[in-house]
Amino acid sequence: MNNEITYSQELLIPKLRSIYEQRGYKKYKMSKFEEYDLYLENKSFLKSENIITFNDLNGRLLALKPDVTLSIVKNSAATPQKVYYTENVYRVKSGQYKEIMQVGLEYIGKIDMYTLCEVISLAADSLSAVCENYILDISHMGFISGFLDELKLPASACDEMLELISRKDAHEIKGLCEKYGVDRELTEKTVSMATLYGSMDKMLPACEALSVNQKTKDAAAELRALYTALAAIGCEKNINLDFSITSDLSYYNGIIFQGFINGVSGSVLSGGRYGNLLSKMGKHTDAIGFAVYLDMLEYLESGDGDYDVDVMLLYGESSDTVALTKAVKMLNGNGNTVLASTEIPQRLRYKQLLQFNERGLEIIEGND
Amino acid sequence: MKEMINIALPKGRLGEKVYNIFESLGYGCPSIHENSRKLIFEDEKNLVRYFWVKPSDVAIYVEKGAADVGVVGKDILLEYEPDIYELLDLGIGKCRMCVAGEKGARRHEDRTIRVATKFPHIALSYYQSRGLDIEIIKLNGSIELAPLLRMSDVIVDIVETGTTLKENNLEVIDEIVNISARFISNKSSFKFKTAQINEMKNRLLGAV
Repeated sequence: MNNEITYSQELLIPKLRSIYEQRGYKKYKMSKFEEYDLYLENKSFLKSENIITFNDLNGRLLALKPDVTLSIVKNSAATPQKVYYTENVYRVKSGQYKEIMQVGLEYIGKIDMYTLCEVISLAADSLSAVCENYILDISHMGFISGFLDELKLPASACDEMLELISRKDAHEIKGLCEKYGVDRELTEKTVSMATLYGSMDKMLPACEALSVNQKTKDAAAELRALYTALAAIGCEKNINLDFSITSDLSYYNGIIFQGFINGVSGSVLSGGRYGNLLSKMGKHTDAIGFAVYLDMLEYLESGDGDYDVDVMLLYGESSDTVALTKAVKMLNGNGNTVLASTEIPQRLRYKQLLQFNERGLEIIEGND
Repeated sequence: MKEMINIALPKGRLGEKVYNIFESLGYGCPSIHENSRKLIFEDEKNLVRYFWVKPSDVAIYVEKGAADVGVVGKDILLEYEPDIYELLDLGIGKCRMCVAGEKGARRHEDRTIRVATKFPHIALSYYQSRGLDIEIIKLNGSIELAPLLRMSDVIVDIVETGTTLKENNLEVIDEIVNISARFISNKSSFKFKTAQINEMKNRLLGAV
């Protein structure tokens, strides 16, 4: 198994771009600002409500983009459209505004099995570009909303139920079902649905057995067809079924998914089919996409993280510039990073300390 | 391949009780009994690593992935709403989140109610759901003092036996929610250590 981890944004972005461009996705470049109205109308589509706003020169209220998908959908004219983007978005995280680099991909147009399969496999490829030790969890809003139809909960309790499902909270799901008089069989099924977790081939039979109505049946059939296609192209590895992945029903209506990397505490990729958003915006078509949260990868442990530089090279002020440059290039040629200076910067961590003088290079410290 | 499971336990009586349950289920870590100032205790054989943290911090350690699993009171989960899996109700550490006030005092609902509490989020959502306007006074301890000194009208706090309330001439006005200890897991850890965490959950299920 390839255990290499690409944790730096600078290296990862070109990798992702080439993955998307190979499948004909075009880069989508947009302005940093968007009219605030767009976000006001679709407030619950955004994960956070805090948006940085300001007035432009004509007095219009603008916002720094908290999200890219809405802008792409708003501006999409001709379908089908396959685009990707690398953009900064501005969101509240841990109680502060943060600039977050996001790479994502959107398909707008009619969705068939090929498209689904392509988007899911591109999501898997995006994760494996970071690290081979990844997991892509797939869920289906149709399946979950089929359950909600059967449970017949009042609207306010539906949101609570979605929240409980996303926490796999068997105990509280039972409590809520009891409160609203849901029969025991359906309660047990709801708990099984929320707590079900594992590879798709193992979990699909369980998922099919849990089906409660036509809606869940259709969803299960779509998941089965998707799995069959993914397996046939050899892309089923690391893909799990997990209905605790939930989204806002008023925007998402089909397959949704989240990606995880071992060692990162939250999801690093998130996406799904959001046809309902397009209907809301008066567009009679469908869409699916995902975003990779590059900021989540910053804290992944990297192998070379213990040193700032491989070689600290000290030289005297009267050293010969040409000979010194040659020495630095020679060290570079051996695969070292070199910091040459007349003194050692404070708190610099280096593997090796060398001195350059008239006799050439001398090792002062570290000789592994 | 089995990996080390990191477990965050709340310091104090509840945590010790929970550790004893874990030990009885084959997750023992003998070094934990040595009286030392160490913060982390590891057992290579049982593949567990325990650390004691402040009860209100357990959820943070688990959400951030420093701990794969942890045990925490439902009160903390309701207050901080961490993004975690809530896998099991352990049925221990039972108590109630209550509104309490001075015994027999008139209930002021004709003006903004002043509420002293350690749990501002729980208090706020409880009163908002009833459409009442409140002023939160966030305290970190000795909540019972606030109504006695007329700093607040009521308190929102955990009530276990009610003795502290009684001794200070306070009474329960309303019960907000029942509290007990929960077994929680980091979402990402659950995915990469599914078999081990499920095994732990099932053993706990048999014990509670």
